[in-house]
Amino acid sequence: MLAANDITVRFGERTVLDRVSLEVASGEVVALLGPSGVGKSTLLRVIAGLLLADGGTVSLDGHDVTMLPSHRRNIGLVFQDEQLFPHLTVAENVGFGLRMQHVGRTDAAERVQELLRLVGLEPLANLHVTKLSGGEAKRVALARSLAPRPAVLLLDEPLTGLDRELHDRLAAELAVLLRATCTTALLVTHDFDEATTIADRIERL
Amino acid sequence: MNRRPWWLVPALAGAPVAGLALFYLLPVATLLARVVQPGSVSDALGTPGLRRVLWFTLWQALVSTALTMMVGFAPAYLLARFRFRFRGALLAMVTVPFMLPTVVVGAAFLALLPNSWHGSARAVIVAHVFFNIAVVVRLVGAMWAVLPTDLTAAARTLGAKPSQVLRFIVLPLLRPALYAASTVVFLFTFTSFGAVKLLGGAANPTLEVEIARRATQLGDVDGAAMLSLVQLLILGVVVWWSSRWQRRSSLHLTGGGTARVARSRHERHFVAVASGLTAAIMVVPLVVLVSRSIRLGGAWSLNAWRTLGTSEVRPGVSLGIDPLASLLTSLRFAVVAAAISVAIGALASLAISAARRHGSLLDVGLMLPLGTSAVTIGLGMLITFDTAPFDWRASWWLIPLGHALVATPFVVRAVLPVLRSIPADQRAAAATLGASPLRAWLAVDVRRVARPLAASAGLAAAISLGEFGATTFLTRAGRETMPITIGRLLGRAGEIPRAQGFALATILLVTCGLIIGSVSRAVRADGGVHARGE
Amino acid sequence: MRKVLLTGLAAGLLLVACADDGGGTATPAPAAVTLVAYDSFPTKDTPMNDAIAAFTADTGIVVNIVTAGDTGTMVTKAVLTAGNPEGDVMWGVDNTLLSAATDGNVFEGEPSEVDFGDVCVNYDIAWFAERGVEPPTTMDDLLRPRYKDLLVVQNPATSSPGLAFLMATIAHTGEDDWQQFWTDLRANGVEVVDSWDSAYYERFSGAAGSAGDKPLVVSYGSSPPAEVVFADPPRDDAPTGVVGSTCFRQIEYVGVLRGTKHPDEAARLTSFLLSEPFQKELPLTLFVYPANPSVALPEVFTKFAVVPTNPFTFDPETIAANRQQWQDQWTEIVLR
Repeated sequence: MLAANDITVRFGERTVLDRVSLEVASGEVVALLGPSGVGKSTLLRVIAGLLLADGGTVSLDGHDVTMLPSHRRNIGLVFQDEQLFPHLTVAENVGFGLRMQHVGRTDAAERVQELLRLVGLEPLANLHVTKLSGGEAKRVALARSLAPRPAVLLLDEPLTGLDRELHDRLAAELAVLLRATCTTALLVTHDFDEATTIADRIERL
Repeated sequence: MNRRPWWLVPALAGAPVAGLALFYLLPVATLLARVVQPGSVSDALGTPGLRRVLWFTLWQALVSTALTMMVGFAPAYLLARFRFRFRGALLAMVTVPFMLPTVVVGAAFLALLPNSWHGSARAVIVAHVFFNIAVVVRLVGAMWAVLPTDLTAAARTLGAKPSQVLRFIVLPLLRPALYAASTVVFLFTFTSFGAVKLLGGAANPTLEVEIARRATQLGDVDGAAMLSLVQLLILGVVVWWSSRWQRRSSLHLTGGGTARVARSRHERHFVAVASGLTAAIMVVPLVVLVSRSIRLGGAWSLNAWRTLGTSEVRPGVSLGIDPLASLLTSLRFAVVAAAISVAIGALASLAISAARRHGSLLDVGLMLPLGTSAVTIGLGMLITFDTAPFDWRASWWLIPLGHALVATPFVVRAVLPVLRSIPADQRAAAATLGASPLRAWLAVDVRRVARPLAASAGLAAAISLGEFGATTFLTRAGRETMPITIGRLLGRAGEIPRAQGFALATILLVTCGLIIGSVSRAVRADGGVHARGE
Repeated sequence: MRKVLLTGLAAGLLLVACADDGGGTATPAPAAVTLVAYDSFPTKDTPMNDAIAAFTADTGIVVNIVTAGDTGTMVTKAVLTAGNPEGDVMWGVDNTLLSAATDGNVFEGEPSEVDFGDVCVNYDIAWFAERGVEPPTTMDDLLRPRYKDLLVVQNPATSSPGLAFLMATIAHTGEDDWQQFWTDLRANGVEVVDSWDSAYYERFSGAAGSAGDKPLVVSYGSSPPAEVVFADPPRDDAPTGVVGSTCFRQIEYVGVLRGTKHPDEAARLTSFLLSEPFQKELPLTLFVYPANPSVALPEVFTKFAVVPTNPFTFDPETIAANRQQWQDQWTEIVLR
């Protein structure tokens, strides 16, 4: 279970987040809605451990992780522009988190295969990510974040920049995927329809 | 159509091409021809100690390169990724030493390092690192700055520790810049002259220093020419090998990086410590140089400065060194060299941009002197211009011309991008207003070029002031330049001549520093026209 | 911005206009010749310079003296600029380097002997007396541990006394064993500098006004009289001594440089330099024996100068054949 309490973030004079609190129950998918610039991405980064808040706490299953560095939190983040590692192949990208966990080679390969199957990209395993289409890249980003079995998955506007048809299709696939893997997820979006398709509950910032 | 007159490009390119052919290609050809004579090859290859010189040149360059890459890594990261007060000043502190004359850097380290380090390989390597940090900061830093910050963030959310982020994400992505930087630093340290001459002493010559020694001290021009050929071959191999590595396709990086202000205590500590250490490393040697010029016998004394016009060992017996006269000579040469560089560089840039496709030939040709070691150029000029019809070795203008050979590429690098950025519409606009193609060209192209020309004139002057390698061969009594005089003063064992050497080096430091400072300010005001060096 | 450019340009042009172009300005009246010499040749204020001034007054020929390093450096420069010389007359090529000069076609005609002397190891008497150590008496003594780190020599590539001393050691040990001698000398801490005046005035403890700390130096048999002459307060005994068995006979030459633009004036200067009025100043200013036999030597010179009974010599052919190789090998053994 993820809990963020009284998160405050200031950039110089500007207060971006003012005592924001949020809870996501185990296995729940929550969508965070709000117009751009209101601080949704900032909140995600605080939760992921990429940004130090000026006030407030983040706890995971009762443990306070506020001061824990990002690589120790086991909280995944799918970026808005995927941020795939351009020098690695699809399989290497997806397997990156497993490598960091020192998972054995065969086990890791199996898990990578499993996830690529889940997102329907098995044949592209050895392709360099620079050659992927927009939709394929987003799927790889998702698979990559899911591979190390994160306690919580954060998604920062994961479906922006796609045309309507692809967007809707991927949204449906994402909803199914999150349920199937029982992932605790927090999704940030400005699209209400997307939120209702994917999430169990909607919060507004 | 809007065709410029056919004679425009040849008219523009005439002088630069002639100059390049006469003062660069001919000397290098003469040098090579001299070597490729039966008998001289086996003689010179049998020169005792050649293998030792080659080996030393190679390993000191490798060690210097490795050390520079390591030392420059943190400053590159700091300056690429963080925004902080005095960032601009720190960047300047890192860049300026790179553009200082090598004799000044050599003198600074002679002043800084203890006597036991003089004439040692360690001293040479330390000076090399100091000199070349700027290359790492600029080249690696430039690439690091556009590395998307989220890429490393993504790695961290996937469980990568900072060391793993570095190893698996940052370093692989920086690889092209790392290769470029290490190649450049290797080439610079391999052909380094001033620093090795002053700090390496007689016991540690590199190829470059040995070439100069053979020619100017032993009179063994054939041996020196042979060593030049060996050096050219090695450099050619290195450049070819490195260009193969660099031909990897550059990777597509989405969502550029932004420099951030340090937030966590960790980050703030890092910024403070790294910037403090870097500033100290870059500034301390120069400060020590100045302070040693006002210290004699363990006490503060302005004696060295006061006696700068004389150099008497005993009443009536002077060292034949006139520091103040060399100052004037250097300034005069700098003005002439700058004038020649600007004139030729402007003509060449205009020709290259007007010639469009074929212009790159002249562009590459003009860059050749930069890739050839200064000593080779000097030696070539020495042996070429001593017989009719090129009996110019005694002429005063030969030295500034040699300086101009090295400075002109920088003028072209500064002016050409400006010319190329002029939209064709502007000329078309001029044409519709009634200007003939020639007049349109004059009104638009020529006028835009004025500012970068002025800036690169300053740069050419600074290069001329500091040139040491080629000048060593062409110097004549009564016309010594400051670097030559500094070298001679610092080669003496007495305290006063040494202090005078430090004093003269301080003057050179301040002069070049001022020129470089005002040039970079003019360049920044122009909206960032960068004179890209090697 | 434009104003800065214009003022810069104006200043620059002014500087360039004042550039001297190395002798030969418009007015024809007083001819000027340039005398190229080694560093220790005085350029002003000594009786030698007074004699030259008298020559100028007599003939109207102005003499500019140009010095640039020790003899080795000077000769190499002359060889590199042969035919386009930096001066008109060259003073100071010695017998060890003469072959380099003549092979390089430096002179117009034959150079003439102008002075001679002996290159020997000098020692600081007071330094050794204070420590109760006997100064060395033979060449091999220099290798003894008691004289470790005490000797300064000059680089034979740049300095003629340095080259002369090298030849002395070769003559002493034989052409096959001299390398070992220098290996041992290096192990015994010999210091190398580039020129004689750097070694003598900056490193030798026995030279008046020197801050040096080395009591042994390669110098001349006629250096002790110099120390007596320049002693302050005056003294009547020499503060330095000479190791007679290390001496090498050195002969110096003067000659007109090939390609000079003033051959007549150069010839006249050369004759003057060989004549008695000038030669008689040599002993007490340059501390060498004048070549001109009609010159009477001053007393302080004859009293304190050491004339070795059997200095080392080499015939010119041997020197010419081996000099470069010896210099190269020496560099390998001692410097690398």
